[in-house]
Amino acid sequence: MSSFWVSRKALKLSICLAKPRTIAPLRTTPSRGIATYCPPNQANAISVLPTIVDPTSEEYEENARQMGEVMVKLEELTKKIQLGGPPKAREKHIARKKMLPRDRVIALIDPGTSFLELSALAGHELYPEAEVPAGGIITGVGVIEGVTCMIVANDSTVKGGTYYPITVKKHLRAQAIAQENNLPCIYLVDSGGANLPHQADVFPDREHFGRIFFNQARMSSMGIPQIAVVMGPCTAGGAYVPAMSDESIIVDGQGHIFLAGPPLVKAATGEVVSAEDLGGGEMHTSVSGVTDYLAVNDAHALVLARRSISNLNWPKKEFPAPKTYEEPLHDPEELVGIASTNLRRPLPIHEIIARIVDGSVFSEFKRDYGSTLVTGFAHIYGQKVGIIANNGILFSTSSLKGAHFIELCCQRKMPLIFLQNISGFMVGADAEREGIAKNGAKLVTAVACANVPKFTVVVGASNGAGNYGMCGRAYNPRFLWMWPNAKIGVMGSEQLTAVMETVGKAVDPELKARVERESEAVFSSARLWDDGVIPPSHTRRVLGLSLMAAMGGKNETADTKFGVFRM
Amino acid sequence: MIPASRSRAIARTLLTNHPRHLSTSPSTPITSVLIANRGEIALRVGRTASALGVKCTTIYTDPDALSQHALSSPLAVNLGAANAYLDGERIIKVAKERGCEALHPGYGFLSENSAFARRCVEEGLVFIGPPWKAIEAMGNKSRSKDIMIKAGVPCIPGYHGADQEPQLLLEEAKKIGFPVMVKAVKGGGGKGMRIVLTKDEFLDKLESAKSEGRNSFGDDVMLVEKYIGTPRHIEVQVFADKHGNAVALGERDCSLQRRHQKILEEAPAPNLAEDIRQDLWEKARAAALAVGYEGAGTVEFIFDNDTNEFFFMEMNTRLQVEHPVTEAITGEDLVSWQFKVAAGEPLPLDQATIAQRISKRGWAIEARIYAENPSQNFMPDSGKLIHLREPKIDESVRIDAGFIEGDTVSSNYDGMIAKLIVNGPTREVTIRKLHAALQDYEVVGLSTNIEFLKKICKSPGFIKGDVETGYIQKHHDELFASEIIQPETFAQAALGLLSKELSAAPPVGAHGTAIGFSSQGQRQFTFLTSDKDAVPVIVSMNQSGRKIFDISVKSPTLDTTYPSVICEPSSSSISTFFPHTRIESILITDGDKLTIFQQGKQIQLMLATPSWYEKALGLKDVANSVLAPMPCKLLRNEVREGDEVEKDQALVV
Repeated sequence: MSSFWVSRKALKLSICLAKPRTIAPLRTTPSRGIATYCPPNQANAISVLPTIVDPTSEEYEENARQMGEVMVKLEELTKKIQLGGPPKAREKHIARKKMLPRDRVIALIDPGTSFLELSALAGHELYPEAEVPAGGIITGVGVIEGVTCMIVANDSTVKGGTYYPITVKKHLRAQAIAQENNLPCIYLVDSGGANLPHQADVFPDREHFGRIFFNQARMSSMGIPQIAVVMGPCTAGGAYVPAMSDESIIVDGQGHIFLAGPPLVKAATGEVVSAEDLGGGEMHTSVSGVTDYLAVNDAHALVLARRSISNLNWPKKEFPAPKTYEEPLHDPEELVGIASTNLRRPLPIHEIIARIVDGSVFSEFKRDYGSTLVTGFAHIYGQKVGIIANNGILFSTSSLKGAHFIELCCQRKMPLIFLQNISGFMVGADAEREGIAKNGAKLVTAVACANVPKFTVVVGASNGAGNYGMCGRAYNPRFLWMWPNAKIGVMGSEQLTAVMETVGKAVDPELKARVERESEAVFSSARLWDDGVIPPSHTRRVLGLSLMAAMGGKNETADTKFGVFRM
Repeated sequence: MIPASRSRAIARTLLTNHPRHLSTSPSTPITSVLIANRGEIALRVGRTASALGVKCTTIYTDPDALSQHALSSPLAVNLGAANAYLDGERIIKVAKERGCEALHPGYGFLSENSAFARRCVEEGLVFIGPPWKAIEAMGNKSRSKDIMIKAGVPCIPGYHGADQEPQLLLEEAKKIGFPVMVKAVKGGGGKGMRIVLTKDEFLDKLESAKSEGRNSFGDDVMLVEKYIGTPRHIEVQVFADKHGNAVALGERDCSLQRRHQKILEEAPAPNLAEDIRQDLWEKARAAALAVGYEGAGTVEFIFDNDTNEFFFMEMNTRLQVEHPVTEAITGEDLVSWQFKVAAGEPLPLDQATIAQRISKRGWAIEARIYAENPSQNFMPDSGKLIHLREPKIDESVRIDAGFIEGDTVSSNYDGMIAKLIVNGPTREVTIRKLHAALQDYEVVGLSTNIEFLKKICKSPGFIKGDVETGYIQKHHDELFASEIIQPETFAQAALGLLSKELSAAPPVGAHGTAIGFSSQGQRQFTFLTSDKDAVPVIVSMNQSGRKIFDISVKSPTLDTTYPSVICEPSSSSISTFFPHTRIESILITDGDKLTIFQQGKQIQLMLATPSWYEKALGLKDVANSVLAPMPCKLLRNEVREGDEVEKDQALVV
């Protein structure tokens, strides 16, 4: 509760506008309301968010120092992960005149565009026996020939590009994003197939290896193009990636597709055959027709892939030109001093919004009602959005306000942005008597049913049912991003241990530390509970690219039909 | 191309009458003219003619249908084939059909063809040039020499006899003293000419000169002359009227030549004593009067730098390419003089006035901008002018050009793109201004000599005025020293290529910015320099912000990194803030050919083709093929497929 009051105070401070200068009328005329002209700048003034952030304050400096430490760690970690597999594997890869997977991605996308990488931390410290940088697969949203695509690239320098359980999960998540956002898929295949020691966690279940091909077939049926570039082995199940694509390209002497490799063929039928003859590029493009284009090398294959994309006849949506919108009035870099690693401190959410939206202009809805949830309209890179952001714990009033606002956005087909910093719904006798359960349910119903694109950024805590009401992973946001200071868990580690003690269980002394660790953003991202950890100052950019992926191309916002709101 | 103020000045001089030579026969002004030429000179003549209110008709050929001179007048006649500018009868017919009173031949083509000049007169057309008899007299080298000797004009010692017996020629050569020069009587432009250093090689050189003469103009009559080791080419512009007056409009030094053709001409001649200058003028006038000359002509002298002697070489009976330098130092419009003289008017100025004018007007230099490749022995080039930017024209910078951007320089005709004429108070200032103007002269699409001309402007010998016809050979190493390309240039090329893509499809939203903790990754550009043993230079670029790039330039000799380079990508101009300096470049691409203009220099780069190119496109191995060194015509194949050939055997003509 204390945290709630502090945050309200912060809110009051942040909306304290500069005192407007009133001009005394020259003559005293009888006051009569007339249609006074109000120029756009005066009209906009009511929406511009002010700031009281003082970068020289002790609090700011403390936040910036602590956030800085976390950021530096993440930068170093990301840099290491981006190298891919061990040096030996990379050297071997290059010696074969193959391009490293990240170079392939750069060569594939349009110059001057940014690649929105997903879950770079996947697989980090996940398997005790092996390091799997980026989960052994690079996924992300990139622009190819002006078409926003989902790129899935195996990294064969990481355990031969074999599929660990996290690799499968990351591949499937990329496909899910592609399917939800109508993104043509391009697979840069260079993988030894399933990681055999982990076969039990890779092969049999619904969301395992087989789902990749299921998704390819279903997406193709929905008109989402599937293009494969075979740059390495595609054995057994892997053979279905190119085989199930709409178009496929193979690199001569480098890509191989077969249901069983030469050793297995020899064991099974006694037939002795070379890899080239069994499933080489020349054979597959000229004899079997499994692949459609034969490339001389990786670079050539990527040029062919770009050509295939240019021939998709994919609609290109015009996005607002940079001249039509303004960057935020307040510097997004200041978010490192606003965000805090201490989540018990309130986050001044208006200050955060002011550093994400165009011109720091925010048309707040129901400002003075249920003010622990901030709702309102804004633009991000010229794109109209509805923003729902926590500014304290969720009460009945704030839940009702949230449900109301989601209804507005769904009717107006405006994408929703959730800025999550929630420790949960209000508890206690008063709250229950107000019907917090059914009022909270209204918010959850609204979030669950909303068919407009939803995007979630966890800027602080993500606990309890608040996670549901604020569009957690289970509520199908198109993308879910985390700040480095964010923590996710059913409740905070302190509360959790307290609850455990109250219910009288013998508490593991390690429990608190373990819960603390398991709530961290890096831990979450390693397990793909999110789509990536982002620097706070890049929130605007990441949301901008996410919006383009969700709103561009063939995307059309569907109508929303809400379930029954309990009254 | 003459600025308005200058045009006005010309118009003023045109309007001013100089009633000095009171003529007894009234002049008959010319009201219409056919300009029997092409390119810049056709435009140049047209400009003055229009200023004089003379109706101009132009002619053109099929390859010239869209050229500027053809478009310059609403009255333009197509002659058809590329060589039709030489079809005198046809041109005379056109002139008569179109009701032209006069015909201006320009330079080259039919301008010094006495038969044509005679036919014009016979057909009742005013030939704007000297009388055909004067052309004929000066056209024959040995005859002109006889006339000159009689008129007291010093001629180079030599044998000009009809007896062509090789042994006799050798004896004559011995009399003159080696080294000597054998030269075809009807030759010109270095064709059918050989320098013989000793008597032993005389007969061989004679034969090769004869054979070249036979092949080039069907005549192998040779003359033998003294060869001057460090000669200068100094010529005097003369003008004569129908009333027996002749003036010298100053001299021009045209010593800077390549392949026996002029590239830089200046007036006055540097390091020339005043008494010699006056003597030259005097002799030139005498030469003109000796042949009953009328109109514009140039008396060419060979000047011996060591002895200060000069000898008559030949007289060019036309307006010359380099006439603008004389216009600059006299302030007169020579084409208007031509019209006046042809109309029977007396010369507008007398010799004393001209001399006074020249003494006050400083210096002028003309640089000829050629489509040619200086590093390949000035081999002519042709092609489309995909980018053409000219220096700013003002009182002291004049450009006479026949082409604009988008035009094609055809291999059918002379490869001169333009003439850049600069004047200034002194020679030093003029050279510096010429260099500055050349720095602003941007031509892309074909090789030009602009970079070479810039080097001459910086050559200490030239600046001192130590000119001679062998200057370029003598200073070869200095003038052809290869330029080191700075690493920033490669970075600029890469940024330029990127901005070209971005200007076609500007990034929207957050694209182009850094996203997340990961860096975006590097994109590589591989460039090749134009030197023969060029090594690839690799530029790696990582975009870390919308306009921010980390760039590294690497080659075996270069390894430079520029962090956080700020570049505002726009279409062709690239303005970049490197950590140490700001550089502004213009990048013009033509396929894989890149031309960069930067800090007054033009740099050629090639974008390397990707490793898969040859195989994917099925390109043939060109290592064992023979490529034509320049545009030419295949006359016949000497061998057939399957034939065995020996070394030095002719294969194709």
